[in-house]
Amino acid sequence: MKFTVFVVNCAPIQKPAPNKQMPYFSVLFSISRLQKFLLSLLFYAFCAVSGYASADHAEAHHDEKNAHAEQKMDPGKMILEHISDAHDWHLWGHTSIPLPVILYTESKGLSVFSSAKFNHGHDAYLGFRLNEKNQVVWEDANNHAAIYDFSITKNVLAMFVAVIVLVLVMLSMAGSYAKRKGLAPKGLPNLIEPLIVFLRDEVAKSSIGPKYERFMPLLLSIFFFIFVNNLMGLIPVFPGGANVTGNIAVTMVLALVVFITVNFSGNKYYWKHIFAPDVPKAMYIIIVPIEILGVILKPFVLMLRLFANITAGHIIILGFFSLIFIFGAMNTGMGYAVSPLSVGFTLFMSFLELLVAFLQAFVFTLLTAIYIGMAVEEHHHAEHH
Amino acid sequence: MELVTPAIGLVFWMLVTFSLLLFILKKFAWKPILTSMKEREETIEKSLQEAANARAEMQKLNQQNESLLAEARAEREAILKEAREIREKIVSEAKSAADEEAKRLIARANDEINNQKNAALDELKKEVAQFSLQIAQKLVGKELENNDAQKALIADQLSKLDQQQKATA
Repeated sequence: MKFTVFVVNCAPIQKPAPNKQMPYFSVLFSISRLQKFLLSLLFYAFCAVSGYASADHAEAHHDEKNAHAEQKMDPGKMILEHISDAHDWHLWGHTSIPLPVILYTESKGLSVFSSAKFNHGHDAYLGFRLNEKNQVVWEDANNHAAIYDFSITKNVLAMFVAVIVLVLVMLSMAGSYAKRKGLAPKGLPNLIEPLIVFLRDEVAKSSIGPKYERFMPLLLSIFFFIFVNNLMGLIPVFPGGANVTGNIAVTMVLALVVFITVNFSGNKYYWKHIFAPDVPKAMYIIIVPIEILGVILKPFVLMLRLFANITAGHIIILGFFSLIFIFGAMNTGMGYAVSPLSVGFTLFMSFLELLVAFLQAFVFTLLTAIYIGMAVEEHHHAEHH
Repeated sequence: MELVTPAIGLVFWMLVTFSLLLFILKKFAWKPILTSMKEREETIEKSLQEAANARAEMQKLNQQNESLLAEARAEREAILKEAREIREKIVSEAKSAADEEAKRLIARANDEINNQKNAALDELKKEVAQFSLQIAQKLVGKELENNDAQKALIADQLSKLDQQQKATA
């Protein structure tokens, strides 16, 4: 378990105020109590399904009576398959949902077809095939022309689902405000409003300062996008379970949005701090490259932190489950003996992941707010120099 | 290694989705939600302020009421006091008037009594003189012809008697 590194925070948090934050955390915990219960139920269900599926798997392979016959489970491969993107959504056993493959190549132009045509990587279609890493490559190994893969993959679909859920929830919340204008909030707003108030008062207002209102939509969107995707990633069955926020492409785009926002809202003090800092001119040769590096490094670290934390969480949970099958492969009795322990650990990790799901969304948003705050801050004391 | 290599398709879809998400939520969710929340906070603050103002106003009114009440009470006291004074004055005036009247009546009665007494005395004197003359005439008979001298003598005697009487009185 090398991945248990929780990179929580590198930059200084300007205002800790632990007393004020406590109620919000407690609200979060009370909200998630039902979810925890459902989640634990789901985990038991998943456990049963997985057991059945693997038995099914074994039978199927016995029937083939080929090299697969005495194939042992490879947890590393299984885990890697689960946390990486795929062209179909694996449900159980040999059942999976085929997803559209959209490819652009210079020779063939745009090709759109169902991933079912690949038959789980066994067949080639239109001269394309899936390699062992689940990537689309040319059937002809000598062809090295570029393939631009814009397929609706598992992560893209999971992201669509999360975004649709998020939009529906938020629109209904906005609607409930319009419907109960001037009245006390009821229902959904009571659940989400504490989070929004928390982000507004403790994150945006305290980190950015008086200009915070302009950045609220971005901060809220980033927070809820990450939070919803993190939570959906914890659901082990169909619309969830994808590793969206643990995918480097997703976190890269989020970090890119932060990078663009920070640098486009940077004022003259921000740029002066980078290109003409208050140090002797001779030091510029060292300081300026460091500052420029810092500009790129800040979003880069955001990208890595989210990716690493969420991926690590998925790996740990899957790792605990793999224990059952590793021990089961040695001895069936041992597999049964280990399973309660394994389920217990997984349950514990799932609770921890619920916290991490919130925490990482919060940390990403807080750091974004702090970076924006650094870029828009007015340095009145700079006039003394 | 493919874990840390961003796939172009996912980057593309993520850019499209997140931009759309940002646009839709900003326009249709965050703006109304944040505005409503702000409005509500302002309403709550305003209501609390108004309640405090109303409370202060009520206290002021209460104080005014109390001062009015106190004033009314003082006025009532003053009116009662005045009435009592007036009553006392009227009573005393009436008493003094009655006293004077009584004194006047007594004085008049005394005067009347004195007058009657004097008149009676005069009459008596006259009667006594008459009787004395008659008695004397009867006693002395006709010897006493000179009436005037006799009368003077009697008057002299009577005045002496009168003087004696006055001296004794």
